[in-house]
Amino acid sequence: MSAPFSWIRPEPWGIHITPADCWVDPGRAVDRALVTHGHADHARGGHGQTIATPETLAIMELRYKTRDGATPVQYGETITLPGGVKATYFSAGHVLGSAQVLLEHAGERVVITGDYKRRNDPTCAPLEVIPCDVFITEATFGLPVFIHPPIEDEMAKLLQTLADHPDQCVQVGAYALGKAQRVIAELRAAGHARPIYLHGAMEKMCRLYEKHGIELGELRMVADAEKDDMRGAIVISPPSALNDRWSRRLPEPITAMASGWMRVRQRARQRGVELPLIISDHADWNELTATIEEVNPQETWITHGREEALLRWCELRQRKARALALVGREDEDE
Amino acid sequence: MEEFAALLQALVYTTGRNRKLTLIARYLRETPDPDRGWAMAALTGELDFPAVKANTIRNLMKERVDPVLWSLSRDFVGDTAETASLLWPDNPAVDKNPPSLTEVVETLVNLTRNSAPLELPKLLDRLEENERFALIKFATGGMRIGVSARLAKTAFAQAFDVSVEEVEEYWHALEAPYPELFAWGAEGADPPDVSNRPMFRPFMLAHPLEEVEVELSEYAAEWKWDGIRIQLVRVSGETRLYSRSGDDISATFPELLDVLPMDAVLDGELMVRGSVQGGETGGAASFNALQQRLGRKTVSKKMLAELPAFVRLYDVLLLEGGDLREHSWKERRRKLEGLMSRLPTSHFDLSKLVEARDFAHLAEIRAGTRDDAIEGLMLKRRNSAYIAGRKVGLWYKWKRDPLLIDCVLMYAQRGSGKRSSFYSDYTFGCWDGDPDQGAELLPVGKAYSGFTDAELKKLDKLVRQTTLNRFGPVREVERTLVFEVAFDSVHSSKRHKSGLAMRFPRIHCIRWDKPVHEADRIEALRSLIRD
Repeated sequence: MSAPFSWIRPEPWGIHITPADCWVDPGRAVDRALVTHGHADHARGGHGQTIATPETLAIMELRYKTRDGATPVQYGETITLPGGVKATYFSAGHVLGSAQVLLEHAGERVVITGDYKRRNDPTCAPLEVIPCDVFITEATFGLPVFIHPPIEDEMAKLLQTLADHPDQCVQVGAYALGKAQRVIAELRAAGHARPIYLHGAMEKMCRLYEKHGIELGELRMVADAEKDDMRGAIVISPPSALNDRWSRRLPEPITAMASGWMRVRQRARQRGVELPLIISDHADWNELTATIEEVNPQETWITHGREEALLRWCELRQRKARALALVGREDEDE
Repeated sequence: MEEFAALLQALVYTTGRNRKLTLIARYLRETPDPDRGWAMAALTGELDFPAVKANTIRNLMKERVDPVLWSLSRDFVGDTAETASLLWPDNPAVDKNPPSLTEVVETLVNLTRNSAPLELPKLLDRLEENERFALIKFATGGMRIGVSARLAKTAFAQAFDVSVEEVEEYWHALEAPYPELFAWGAEGADPPDVSNRPMFRPFMLAHPLEEVEVELSEYAAEWKWDGIRIQLVRVSGETRLYSRSGDDISATFPELLDVLPMDAVLDGELMVRGSVQGGETGGAASFNALQQRLGRKTVSKKMLAELPAFVRLYDVLLLEGGDLREHSWKERRRKLEGLMSRLPTSHFDLSKLVEARDFAHLAEIRAGTRDDAIEGLMLKRRNSAYIAGRKVGLWYKWKRDPLLIDCVLMYAQRGSGKRSSFYSDYTFGCWDGDPDQGAELLPVGKAYSGFTDAELKKLDKLVRQTTLNRFGPVREVERTLVFEVAFDSVHSSKRHKSGLAMRFPRIHCIRWDKPVHEADRIEALRSLIRD
């Protein structure tokens, strides 16, 4: 009998499942990969086999233009990997198709969350709490200062700004996968029925969401619009297009950004954001700590983000925890 | 309080100067006295509540939040007030009813070190997050929201359609909440009477000389001494010493308060006596020596004896009741030279003019300067009046070229303010021998500036990826990167292990290409010491 959990090994570029010789969210091309969701820092291209939800595979196909080696797994479905390791996918509430992976081997249960949140999101299924021995969690917003307010408040702020400046537009910087579609869907839920204008980089992903049954209302491309059409409208672009040459085509844009980092004033100032919208697809501090309590694992492993503070929190509650330093996942949620 | 908090919130997220002016001006017009006066005092950094310091807030928080979680949060956010306002535990037993700024002031001025930890929580419990932020900023000073004192005064001028020069002129003679200033600006009352007060007159400042050549027939040259620019004011027998920003630093240099024999306003460089440097009669010590005297509220006799201060005079603004600021520099200079025989040489000398045949000759003189008490040259337009602020074409500063040395990045820390949460403060070192023979790096300095935002991102990434150790907020990194560091001078120092202290170090160039063993050695730096 080997040491507990020795069959699962965190390495700088991913988590290795030794008896199956496969990787979870590896940062480089490998023979066999389990991918939790479609964000580029988790879903690299070029693996021999990619095991993921159908939505994640569709997102990866959009990005990498290939379905080679794609092996779809539905939520709740269990597959058996080499070495007898069983893997089951459960929804994570992060973006469309995002999953946690439950790994079972030698009588031990390990859950890898990938990225997750606990807030309601009209564009993806909510996180399911899965009991386990080792809970491998993200910690992007693992500091007690990060409390995301209700999204309704942020939508109200956005719509109020728009109403106050009918001759301008509000340009919302939002990550092209997940954040953009969630903002649009929440705007629709808040009763905003007007056309929403998109940066070119957003179009394909929005269409993909629509194909998966997420209704986004009337979307128009900025490239096809006249400046005057966009007065009083919301424009969604990648964060990199804020205060950029691209935004000169917009009618006096008010710069907004949808990100959990906007909770910190200086973060907003650094980007020249005038209207910070604290909207995140990651768990905030309360969600992270509440989820650990709810799952109540023997050990908590923390993959990336502000791991020191979450470690400290675990220590204060006499929870066994360790930090895994994974490469290349520092500042997500932009 | 709500209005002030809303103003701060709006200012934080506003980038353009004009829009900031509009926001402040609107607040000043719409807010009643004396609240708006207190707000002006806060925006200009004039408030001081001795019982409430950043440390008071830190201690309050550490009673309410785990100290480690507090430190990690503070380190990431980069601002104590903001971290505290975000982490303050909501007290549902207390109704939210924010007090007015005036009520806040009344509470804060009466606090003592003992009562502050009891009374501040009561105030904070009544506030929402952004009001807590405003309250803590207000109480501890140092707004750091991208509004300078000058901008706030400009907004006052804009709000009430008066000239900013007049606002500046009265400002230093008045005290918060400035009822006379608002009576004059907002109600059209007579201007405040400041003639009998020893008040600060805004300085005339210089632009850097960048690829401009000037005619020496039109511009006079003098040394730019490496001390602190001061203004010595005597009115009706009462003397005050002001720093460049208009702070009253009389208490720090008591030896200068009874040596001016006539009413006058003088502009000069304060330095301490030293035998080594200066090149003038009496000689001045380097800035390093002066630094030991700065920032003290009381001065020991020993200090006064060992490091006596004196003023090297540049200009005269007022003399025995006459305002000379409208006169040309040439005229003022003549008056100043005439005045010297009436001033005690123990505490005053004259900043001599630098004579050169032409501009090229002047450049040669500047390049040849080896004097550590000289920062460079000043060029002053001979026919120009003394005009507050920095007006193009009148005065130029022409600093000496900086010294350069190649150092290796050793430690990094997160910055504050605009750079919070990025690793933007870098400690670098030089080799204590031959790196190929096992020499080690010794830290020689720290720099926070000299790189672009894009470079900062790259540096931040490098720090995160090459971290070897963490010591609280400090990360030790692998020795992989060479900085070409620019600095003005280097001095011996007991405070640092290397025995050296650099003045104004900043990153001149990031040498991504240079192998670390080619960085400079300590001896190279040591050879540049001129104490």
